Amino acid sequence: MRMITYLQAINEALDEALAQDERVFLLGEDIGVYGGGFGATHGLQEKYGRQRVRDTPISESAIAGVSVGAAMTGMRPVMELQFSDFITVAMDQLVNQAAKIHYMYSGKAKVPLVMRTAAGSGTGAAAQHSQSLENWMAHIPGLKVIQPSNAYDAKGLLHAAIKDDNPVMFYEHKLLYKTLGEVPDKPYTIPIGLADVKRTGKNLTIVATGSMVNKALEAAEIAQEKGISVEVVDPRTLVPLDTKTILTSIEKTKRVIVVTEAVKNSGFSAEITSIIAESKISMKLKAPIVRLGGAFVPMPAQKMLEAHATPQVESLLDAVTQVMAEIEV
Amino acid sequence: MNKKMVNVQQAKVIDKRQALRKMWEIRIFEEMIQELFDAGELYGTMHLCIGQEATAVGGAGILKKSDWIVSTHRNHGHCIAKGTDIRSMFAEMLGKKTGTNEGKGGSMHIADLNVGNLGSNGIVGAGFPIAAGAALSAQMQGTDQVVLCYAGDGATNEGSFHEALNLASIWQLPVVYFIENNQYGMSSSIEQMVNIDKLSDRAKSYGIEGITIDGNDLVAVSKTVSQAVEKARNGGGPTLIEALTYRHKGHSKSDKLMYRSEEECRQWQENNDPIIRLESELIKNGVQQEADIRQMEFTIRKEFADLVASVKSDSEPEIEDLLTHVYAEGEA
Repeated sequence: MRMITYLQAINEALDEALAQDERVFLLGEDIGVYGGGFGATHGLQEKYGRQRVRDTPISESAIAGVSVGAAMTGMRPVMELQFSDFITVAMDQLVNQAAKIHYMYSGKAKVPLVMRTAAGSGTGAAAQHSQSLENWMAHIPGLKVIQPSNAYDAKGLLHAAIKDDNPVMFYEHKLLYKTLGEVPDKPYTIPIGLADVKRTGKNLTIVATGSMVNKALEAAEIAQEKGISVEVVDPRTLVPLDTKTILTSIEKTKRVIVVTEAVKNSGFSAEITSIIAESKISMKLKAPIVRLGGAFVPMPAQKMLEAHATPQVESLLDAVTQVMAEIEV
Repeated sequence: MNKKMVNVQQAKVIDKRQALRKMWEIRIFEEMIQELFDAGELYGTMHLCIGQEATAVGGAGILKKSDWIVSTHRNHGHCIAKGTDIRSMFAEMLGKKTGTNEGKGGSMHIADLNVGNLGSNGIVGAGFPIAAGAALSAQMQGTDQVVLCYAGDGATNEGSFHEALNLASIWQLPVVYFIENNQYGMSSSIEQMVNIDKLSDRAKSYGIEGITIDGNDLVAVSKTVSQAVEKARNGGGPTLIEALTYRHKGHSKSDKLMYRSEEECRQWQENNDPIIRLESELIKNGVQQEADIRQMEFTIRKEFADLVASVKSDSEPEIEDLLTHVYAEGEA
């Protein structure tokens, strides 16, 4: 199959969705001629015009609010929030409006909007352009939260997000944009709420989200050379969360590491860990659960400091050694 | 700039007798829910719009059914004026399954999309961009719908106001922003919170027309809104209307009214009550007799008392309803 980048996969999904459904339109800062902050909407305004691919002023609250109003009244807006950090400026519309309306109106209104945004560190862009705040949104009933880790998932999940009748937060990772993957050239959807076993293994499960999936796969390769067979599970969607696939894997391997790029404190890894701890599988674990996440600091700009602020392959390998060394009680 | 010159046809002339009836419906609805609250039969809170009936009826009341409103926490008048079923509104206030929102919204979120009521909001200023979004829908789908967005004076200091008006202007959206300046944002007088005389002057910053009117004059309100709506319907873009009015009651049920004088309240209530003003005009011009109006008022009270009595025996939501409608089911 052909290989394209994560960024091209997103561009292709948007292109296909615009072609498939008249109600779909894109809006956001610099998404027209500029092609979006990272190039995800490149060429789409030329193809679909300024009405359906709308440049907006720098007004995140209005971009989100307009999306809510348009979604309630028959359109299917896909908004781009240039950096996920800017969600703070649009928070009312996403948390108090988009997430609440279907429930507050007892199902009589739907808000089918997608908020695409670039998250994560690794570009030296410092504390206000590098955050992984997806956990915030996962805490809000009414929102769905997606975090694709490769090109194939990005395209299929974006199609699913646009077809979904709920507000969906779609977290893309800046460092993944250039990564290549096999992607069908036809439209397809991946169900929201289905985790993916990215690699099968026997001795240990790493549950990894977003950018950490590739690092987990890399660590698994190295561990394999030492005779440790690692399974890597990618939840892909934080809300709804496929607990069954996660627990099935851990039931098999009986050892688990949970890794996220977002800071560890009060992070999504705590949610996954708690689900494991609350299940009967916790009684069968051969080692305590190990949790890796970002350091509890605002993201620094300097390269070495930045690299140390998030889990790396080396820290995952240390964790693998630690979990495997635990003696069975 | 893509502004179009629009030749606005004659403003819609409101039927004053029907308008008076609607205004009385709003006032009596609110007096009755206040009584229910005071009697301990109504849970939650409420924000009464008594004294602001002309802005409700002169605004939402002159729209087509297919037009939309976006409302605020002080919403009962807007909802009734737009045609929301009053029995369902009583039921919502009383937490019944038969309520507009099946008990999940309460006073602040009454919505009825079937009559163009896109809902009421507990967050000050949140409606500005939502209204722009609905107007964008109408524009993109090529319908002739217009959105009337209500907000209070305090909301014009929210960032969402400025972002939405700018956006509505550059896209020439069919939306009318209607500020009910009732002089106070909770306890803060608008005079202390802004340093300009007219809130409508803010429209200039966004390249749209801004008008300040007497919000307790039903005819002035309906005429101004009607012109702005027709302008919007014909591609002329948004208008900002500021209607000067007054809420007779406090901000909400917890308000002890420590921030304004009794004299000030009395002045507005006795000399500038929109219902008394309209009644006086109708009686003076021989359109309606005092006795007929009192009979109408009595009839509405009786009708509403019957509604409340019947709503009381409606069922309440089941525990299972707690978990429904968090997510919409199915795909597009």
